[in-house]
Amino acid sequence: MYRYDEFDHALVQDRVKQFSGQVARRLAGEITEDEFKPLRLMNGVYLQLHAYMLRVAVPYGMVSSRQMRMLAHIARKYDKGYGHFTTRQNIQYNWPALKDIPAILDDLASVEMHALQTSGNCIRNVTSDQFAGAASDEVEDPRIWSEIIRQWSTLHPEFSYLPRKFKFAVTGSPKDRAAIRVHDIGIEVVTGDDGRAAFDVYVGGGQGRTPMVGKLIGKSISQENLLTYLEAVMRVYNMHGRRDHLFKSRIKILVHTIGADEMRRQVEEEFAAMEKDGPVVLPQAEIDRISAYFAAPAYEKLEDGPAELEAAKKENSSFARWVKQNVAAHKVPGYAIANISLKPIGGVAGDATAEQMDVVADLAETYSFDEVRVTHEQNLVLAHVAQKDLYTVWQQLEANGMATPNLGLITDQIVCPGLDYCALANARSIPIGQAIAQKFEDLDRQHDIGELKIKISGCINACGHHHVGHIGILGVDKKGTEFYQISLGGSSDENTSLGDIVGPAFTEDKIVGAVENIVETYLGERQNGERFLDTYRRIGIKPFKEKLYAAD
Amino acid sequence: MPLIKDGAFVEDRFTYVEDDAPLPEGAVIVSFTRWQDEKDALIARGTPLGVKLLSGEEPAPLKGDLDKFDVIALDFPMFKNGRAYSYARLLRSRYGYKGEVRATGDVLRDQLFFMARCGFDAFEVSQRITLDAFKEALGEMSVVYQPASDGRKTVLEARHGG
Repeated sequence: MYRYDEFDHALVQDRVKQFSGQVARRLAGEITEDEFKPLRLMNGVYLQLHAYMLRVAVPYGMVSSRQMRMLAHIARKYDKGYGHFTTRQNIQYNWPALKDIPAILDDLASVEMHALQTSGNCIRNVTSDQFAGAASDEVEDPRIWSEIIRQWSTLHPEFSYLPRKFKFAVTGSPKDRAAIRVHDIGIEVVTGDDGRAAFDVYVGGGQGRTPMVGKLIGKSISQENLLTYLEAVMRVYNMHGRRDHLFKSRIKILVHTIGADEMRRQVEEEFAAMEKDGPVVLPQAEIDRISAYFAAPAYEKLEDGPAELEAAKKENSSFARWVKQNVAAHKVPGYAIANISLKPIGGVAGDATAEQMDVVADLAETYSFDEVRVTHEQNLVLAHVAQKDLYTVWQQLEANGMATPNLGLITDQIVCPGLDYCALANARSIPIGQAIAQKFEDLDRQHDIGELKIKISGCINACGHHHVGHIGILGVDKKGTEFYQISLGGSSDENTSLGDIVGPAFTEDKIVGAVENIVETYLGERQNGERFLDTYRRIGIKPFKEKLYAAD
Repeated sequence: MPLIKDGAFVEDRFTYVEDDAPLPEGAVIVSFTRWQDEKDALIARGTPLGVKLLSGEEPAPLKGDLDKFDVIALDFPMFKNGRAYSYARLLRSRYGYKGEVRATGDVLRDQLFFMARCGFDAFEVSQRITLDAFKEALGEMSVVYQPASDGRKTVLEARHGG
């Protein structure tokens, strides 16, 4: 994985010093809270319902064992012994003291980490595919380009006060695990006409109050032109994006208002001008330098399906089930991708204790070339585990509550922090997710239902990605009572779709029954092993609606 | 408003003139509207001239007349409104404007670094800022990743000898 050189180190250390000064000036009353707010936000510090929250950047979800141990240390020393992995592949600490934050940033800097641009109206942490470098269908490793974009976007002088926040996602594979079409800019690495990796650039996707699917604006942009092209998109947005209305200031509104064709024309015009007066030159030597950090690790020469694995599966049905559900194919024979579920029944989606982080760090160090990935679905991944080691890895995970075999199943939900933590929320999310998980706890039942992605947000800002949930749940407040609105048929993969609202919202005591009712309708209608989403796309919302509101 | 230029507090020799006010003697800064309406008369005066662009008034229409201006002031109605960063970059890098690019409006210490990188060289500071603080703000980051309009050597150039 990427390692800082002297320049990267210098920038992060300068930044820690700068922020320490800003905190000192704020505490001395030299700047107002209003002036301080964007400064702290651009360093990942939020003011939540009960306390400050620190969001630490995990660029494209990659952490080394050493970094993971530091995350555990911070949880122990400055927080209540746990952290929360988020849909931006970051980690949040919910209870740090403001005065400790410069020290935390210092600790992070010592392991090449930071909290830069995890918030604020700037380019946020770039997200990517958690299977990068391990998936067989990859055109090129998306982490190379994620890192190049990370550096280019860090403290970008022109784009640090954008109309609104700005999120990038990059996938290197046509099978989209990074939800690129619901990002402000989503990038897919494709094969260009000359056979080299090039980029399709989707612009104007996003969730929140006005969900939109991104439009393909740049087709097959070359490697040397990528940063200039992105800078052109950003400049068009910075100059023309609305700033008069908070809810209308994302780039998706600009693209929607002027249309994809006009957006493309403006970007191309700007790009053509920039090529003459200010291209962002990306030397081949830099592409090579960064690519080298993502070269394949030193795999052993192994065979698929080793005897140790087959014997362990026969002997232990729990392990066999975990392999079936949580382990994915690796591009190299004899290896596998092990998904670590952070969704134990009754737990908080995405939470991990300091002890669990240490266990994952140890496993990664011993069995997965020293690296861990965080997924946007709030799980962790050991991307390169030898199949012969899977049983040992599983035993460790099992002993530490991280072997729930529910990846992609109904209990593997995305859940935002909701009203339990968040100042913006209208309703609680965590207890709803827990109640649904408990209802569907039975593993046979979960496996029978198959792939079904539930995503829960406690307000319209959609941090829980409810618009792209196969079943999406949105918490709303009606005169002081929490209600939950259900949408069906959303998806954030290469066939992205936004969910359709099924009808009137449900109260807290009715929402679990409603989900169960929807699942029963699906089971009654499904044909030939269809997934929930396939059945929904075939039969539409009507049968679900009829059953759901039949009793009314 | 105190004015910092070329790293020092300087006396502002320009007077901002309202659209409906008579033009005083000497150096003036007028609105974009007034510039458009009274272009010939303003040039005929033969005194130093500046124009102020509000957020939403893009610099492109000025590109044929840049040699007429000693100052182009770009307004920050709120420090959070970052349009003028792009305007400054266009003036410097696209249109080749060499005169003063002045930041006006809600100009705070913690945005000075970004402004300087985008090509601003004069700052009407709305906050009590000492010269030390100004210099500190501009020098806080010892490295920069991206090229902008300040000609600073980037990390890429340092790495690869550009």
